[in-house]
Amino acid sequence: MIVAKTGNEAIAYAMKQINPDVVAAYPITPSTEIVQIFSNYVSDGEVDSEFVAVESEHSAMTACIGAAACGCRVMTATASQGLALMHEMLFIAAGLRLPIVMAVASRSLSSPLNIHGDHSDSIASRDSGWMQFFCETVQEGYDTLIQAVKIAGKAYLPAIVAIDGFILSHCQERIETLNDQEVRDFIGKLQPNYNLLDWRNPILVGPATLQDYYFEFKRSEIEGMNRALPVIQEVQEEFGKRFGRSYPVLEEYRCEDAVAVLLVMGSACGTCRVAVDRLREQGKKVGMVKLRVFRPLVHTLLKKSLAKFKAVGVLDRVDAVNSYGGPLFTEVGSVLYDLAERPRLFSYVYGLGGREFAPEDAMAVYEQVLAGKKDELVTYIGVR
Amino acid sequence: MMKLQDLAKNQELFSSGHRACAGCGEALAVRQILLAAQPRTVVTTMATGCLEIFSSIYPHSAWQVPMIHTAFETAASTAAGVEAAYRFGKKMGRITDDIRIIAFAGDGGTYDIGLQALSGALERRHRFLYVCTNNEAYMNTGIQRSSATPLGADTTTSPAGKVLPGKVQHRKNIMEIVIAHDVTYAGQTTVFFWRDLATKVQKALDAPGPSFLNVLVPCPLGWRHLPAETLKLSKLAVDTCYWPLYEFENGKYKVNYEPQKKLPIEEFLKPQGRFRHLFGTEEGAKVISELQRFVDEQWDLLHKKQALTNG
Repeated sequence: MIVAKTGNEAIAYAMKQINPDVVAAYPITPSTEIVQIFSNYVSDGEVDSEFVAVESEHSAMTACIGAAACGCRVMTATASQGLALMHEMLFIAAGLRLPIVMAVASRSLSSPLNIHGDHSDSIASRDSGWMQFFCETVQEGYDTLIQAVKIAGKAYLPAIVAIDGFILSHCQERIETLNDQEVRDFIGKLQPNYNLLDWRNPILVGPATLQDYYFEFKRSEIEGMNRALPVIQEVQEEFGKRFGRSYPVLEEYRCEDAVAVLLVMGSACGTCRVAVDRLREQGKKVGMVKLRVFRPLVHTLLKKSLAKFKAVGVLDRVDAVNSYGGPLFTEVGSVLYDLAERPRLFSYVYGLGGREFAPEDAMAVYEQVLAGKKDELVTYIGVR
Repeated sequence: MMKLQDLAKNQELFSSGHRACAGCGEALAVRQILLAAQPRTVVTTMATGCLEIFSSIYPHSAWQVPMIHTAFETAASTAAGVEAAYRFGKKMGRITDDIRIIAFAGDGGTYDIGLQALSGALERRHRFLYVCTNNEAYMNTGIQRSSATPLGADTTTSPAGKVLPGKVQHRKNIMEIVIAHDVTYAGQTTVFFWRDLATKVQKALDAPGPSFLNVLVPCPLGWRHLPAETLKLSKLAVDTCYWPLYEFENGKYKVNYEPQKKLPIEEFLKPQGRFRHLFGTEEGAKVISELQRFVDEQWDLLHKKQALTNG
């Protein structure tokens, strides 16, 4: 069905179609509507879900963990300070290998307070053991949320599906939805790792470990993430085959014969497509590499792709405060380091707190990357 | 009336061989609670703390019932998630058994860091029993004061010094905070009074809404008493009216135990190293007298509440 929906509406609608067993959530701008709309589905009996309107994001994630440990398919949504408040529990969800799926309407972190879109919240959760998907469009957000439920269930890892706050969460797009049956057939039944409520076979979830076992637990969790990429690819391919829409983990846009590219995540990919088209009209050999999955880090794919170019500008919608460039930039630098011939790498931080990032801004960055000359380590785009 | 013989016939669901200190009141409480809960089926959660450390060090577990531990402040919010999953399973016909949920947390995890999660879970009326195994300080991290620590207690963050006589504030009244949530059942008890504890566990588990037990568990390490004196102190706490046994059920208060002779607070304080500095000084005597005044006032107030609610 073709409909007009905002990012939040599309995410909430996907949740309705997924019909999770338990949703525990708390309101926060710009993701509030997701929870609000979902509550309507609950009140109108359109979902089977138990909805727990908790008293904080910390309890939201904790209740999600409790329910998921009982073998339930569990979802939630949050943003910004909410995700920061959950921080402690994110690691526990991942450590217990619980396939919780969380929509994040990406937003900056205080202080100063700002409700608009950047990637500070998700990137600050980078090392928590959650898969992270960054979406370019509302359609991609809708499709990715459905895919993530299946991916998380197969990989036994929790997943964040991020849509840029306001830019996607509050902007209406034309999207194509699937019908309920298609969604439910696609995601299938969750096969949980364990079920706390199976009292005849009592288990202890979340034990204390000392120096003799902690490392092995963590190592096996790391291995789970190491093996997640084939699961993601398999589910994406199946989605593409069934519904005709596919999103590669890493997409190259007009990169054939390109000399300079930008590596981008999230809604700015759309902006960069426009910039690339305009520059290509001028005969400039530029392209864009879109990274859709930030965790697991697809280092082999990144290496293979980026090695082809002379210069790569890495766009981060978050700063890592005195790190050697933006967070994605430093990761890419590590990935490319052992290549005999490496592209030149440039770090750009853009769009903090929802600061506009227009095609003209992207074009200026392309010109700089093409010229291969930049004085400062990190360029902050559009800062007065 | 419950008989000890009946309780003894029940299955030990909290195994021996765990790593609690000798004389640990908390281990006794958990064992008694899981005995008293039978024949009901229980699924449990616990906060980070002594209990979690001494009962669950991988690859060992003392728990013969399902148990989940997530974090320190999360016994109630984890139970909320488990209860939501249970309700979902019941609603969808996937679960047919009757299961009760018990959350265990210490006083730090209840009075302090977990208070918000507890309040939320009570307000949402999840059907679960929340047990505070209360030893009146953060014992697991090395005896730091909590808001359950009594006036005058020497802890590592309210040390008795040249100027300050240990903790300078009274403990807070968690029972009233819980009761203000209009819980179905709330009870205060301690391990010496096994029948009182067992009866309260059963009432709490059968309550159709959220319920709460505040269980005083003497801690030889933190209170600095002999391990063999755990039960003696548990009884002295009640006989001095420092720890009244009472319950709140269907809107009514009931004092479950009236000591034949109300003992002076010194009887409870004296065997404990955490109060030793109060004896033999003028300043210390003032603190003891304030503690006595506080205990008397609370005891009196409790009876007034009882009279008021039983009209």
